[in-house]
Order: sequence, then C-alpha cells, then structure tokens
Amino acid sequence: MSAAAAKPILYSYFRSSCSWRVRIALALKGISYDLVPVNLIKDGGQQFSAEYKALNPMQQVPALKIDGITISQSLAIINYLEETHPNPRLLPQDPKKRAQVRMIADHIVSGIQPLQNLSVLKQMGEKKMEWAQNCITSGFQALEQILQHTAGRYCVGDEVSMADLCLAPQVANAERFKVDMGPYPTITRINKALLELEAFKISHPSRQPDTPAELRA
Amino acid sequence: MRDSDGAQIRNSYLQKGALSPANIALPCLRVPEMPSAHAFFSLNTILWCFQHITLSSFSSQPILYSYFRSSCSWRVRIALALKGISYDLVPVNLIKDGGQQFSAEYKALNPMQQVPALKIDGITISQSLAIINYLEETHPNPRLLPQDPKKRAQVRMIADHIVSGIQPLQNLSVLKQMGEKKMEWAQNCITSGFQALEQILQHTAGRYCVGDEVSMADLCLAPQVANAERFKVDMGPYPTITRINKALLELEAFKISHPSRQPDTPAELRA
Repeated sequence: MSAAAAKPILYSYFRSSCSWRVRIALALKGISYDLVPVNLIKDGGQQFSAEYKALNPMQQVPALKIDGITISQSLAIINYLEETHPNPRLLPQDPKKRAQVRMIADHIVSGIQPLQNLSVLKQMGEKKMEWAQNCITSGFQALEQILQHTAGRYCVGDEVSMADLCLAPQVANAERFKVDMGPYPTITRINKALLELEAFKISHPSRQPDTPAELRA
Repeated sequence: MRDSDGAQIRNSYLQKGALSPANIALPCLRVPEMPSAHAFFSLNTILWCFQHITLSSFSSQPILYSYFRSSCSWRVRIALALKGISYDLVPVNLIKDGGQQFSAEYKALNPMQQVPALKIDGITISQSLAIINYLEETHPNPRLLPQDPKKRAQVRMIADHIVSGIQPLQNLSVLKQMGEKKMEWAQNCITSGFQALEQILQHTAGRYCVGDEVSMADLCLAPQVANAERFKVDMGPYPTITRINKALLELEAFKISHPSRQPDTPAELRA
C-alpha cells in the first residue's frame, strides 16, 4: 500500500485529554484512522519505550502518522488537519474571532493541562489531588470570565471550533479530579452542548479500544 | 518602524503627539508601571490610569503589556519587530507589589492575569501564540510560517512543545510553589524538554528551526534558551539548539526586543 493510500495512525491513550482533542477533530472531519493505544501507566509508561521515543521524541501522546510524516502536539495536529481537510472548519473566518478561539485553546493547552499532566502529578506525591484542583480552578476562573464575552452556543459564537475541542476534555479532567463545577456555569453549559454531538461521543474516553472494562460506556 | 534602542521608543512616542495630555503627564522617560493591588489611589495609579486611558483614546498604535524578562512577552516583541509594527509598551512587573498582573485593573483587561496581552484593532488578545497568529494573518509579510502544510506542522509542533511542554512548567507561578526546590525543578523541566527538542531539530533544522526561514518556532526558541541560561542549564548536550539560538540573536528583531533593552529593564541588567 502506498503512503498516500494508507490510513493515518493515531497513538492515543483513552483518558489522555490531549489525545481526545485529536480524536474529536478526526471524527468531526470524517477522517478514518487506525488507533494504536499507548498506556501511560503500564510497564512504567509505554510512552517511554525506545520504539515510541523513536517515533515521538517528546514521549507523549497523541502523535499522528499521516501523509508520510509524524506530528505530535495536539494543536499542531489539529491545525494540520484543518489545513488539509478544511470541512467542516474548526476556525471562524474572521481573524478577530480566530484569535479568540486560539486564545481560549492556548489557555487550556498551555495554561491549565500541562500543570496537571501525569508527569507533573507524579512528582507531587500526596499533594497530587490538591495541586491538580488548584491548577484547574485557577484556569477555569479565568476561562469562565472570558467565555462570558465570547460564547454563543459554543466557546466562540455558535460554531464548534478548536476551543471546544480543548474544553470538553479539560472538563473531563476537572471531573476526574473532583473540581466543583458550580462556579463555572458557562463552561458547564457549553460542555453539555458539546457532549451531545456525535463526534464528541464516539471519541469519548469511555468508548476507546483501550478503555478498561470497568470504565467502558 | 521601531527604533533600534528600546529607550528611544519612549522618545518617539513623546514626539508623536506633542500636545497630547499623555506627553505632558510623562515628564520623565520612564513609562509608569501598572498600579499595584495595594495602591489604588496612589499618584502612581492615577498616572498609570491616565496614561492608559490616553493611550487608548489618542493612540491608534497597538498596546503591548509586557515584562522585560517574560519569555512569553519576548516572543510577541520579536514578532512585532519582524513585521515592522509600531506599538506602545506598558510594563507589567510580575514581582513588584505582589505581582502587578494580579491588580484589579489588569485582571479586567486580561482575566488570565498573565503577560503578554496585546490591544490591537479594538480587541485584546492574550496567549503569545494566539497573538502571533493574529499578527501573521493581518500582517502577512514577512511570513512566520512556511507555505507547505507539512513544514507548517513541524513549526507548530516545535513551538507548541516549548509553549505547552516546557515554559508553563517553569513559569513564575509554578516556581513560587516549589520553594527551595525551585532551581532543580526548572532545570529538570528545561533539560527534559530540550533533550526532545534537540532530537527533533536534528531532523527539521536548516539555518533555523525549520529550514532556512525564521518561523514561529524560532520566536519560541530564543526566549526559552534565555530561560535555560537564567536557570543555569548546561547547554552542552544541545548543539543544534545552541547553533540556532546564536544565529537568531544576530537578527535585528531579536536584538531590539531583547530583555536587556526594554523600557522596564532594571539598570543593572540593561545592555
């Protein structure tokens, strides 16, 4: 099979919020792919194997093999998909609204998630839960304020965008760390609307090939 | 166009609208800093608010909220310099007064309470890459992204690795919580990130991070190397990062935007 005809391969962990962002994008754009699970916990973390390191020196998920290249970093992957499969679009046409989408996405992807990433939490010992809750709470306080200005049905106006792809997985993280979502009504409302969409459902952590039986939907 | 010396930015601003109230209110060369959370009614606060409102009313130039040593702010300063975009700089001191980014005034402007933030074309954008992408779309020359989508993906991957995978972990607000382990923590984050980056760059780099054109990846690299130096990370294992950084620091845009040449650079650190 030629490189051009081969399906993309996504290296993913069911519960990784970064992986979920990319699974949503692939689903929204109707792109078929093969999924190779990488278990971040088992065997000391399969992302640290020599084989995976050769594929992705950053030793993280997700990574996407597509069109003869391998891309890591969820937003870099999503932007590539956006440029090569423009429909449906995940960015508004207006540059100012695009800036709002990127600002919200970046706030989650740089300002919240990395601080409560597995590799950071591993170093927090028994303070793990408290640390994660603080990161997310702090980030969501700011996000709630911003969304009150930008949101329509979704994060920015009424079209699903890259910001929404980042929001839903981050809310799932918040729930996992038992963050009280009471102070964030806009985040909660948008998340609820997103989870009703087919692309968010089929890509959900509870429905992946590597979802453990006890967590499967 | 920006002047080559940071100090002259203020002079050019003063000369621009000679009779504007802001010029009269600024007898000294130094731009007043953000008011602190504890000095709401102080003279400094009044001056800052006055200048801030005047800038917004009279100046059609973009306004950048920046800290001299913030690597995130430096990324945006480089982009503005490369694209030849004049702007007014309002310093936000992240240390003084408990951190001026936490003042009520700044929070109203940027709920994320971080720098940089850019007021431009009637909107305020935070998050350095969101700002840089907006500048790229509205001022496309010179471009900061290759034309080929695969090379664009490489640029974004490298930029995101720095902006999400390294810098946030050694951000001021995280380090504050590390106590005496601060230095070790920062060194580990950067070392770990640079090990991966060095491998990636060996595949993608030409003169710069991706091929031979300066891109968003380079705007992220140089400030992160400056952070590494500040935390005394041994750069010996990273020859590609070191080579690229050296080439970047020879470019005018990287020099004039350098932390050592900003309006808020302390005297002892000034170039």
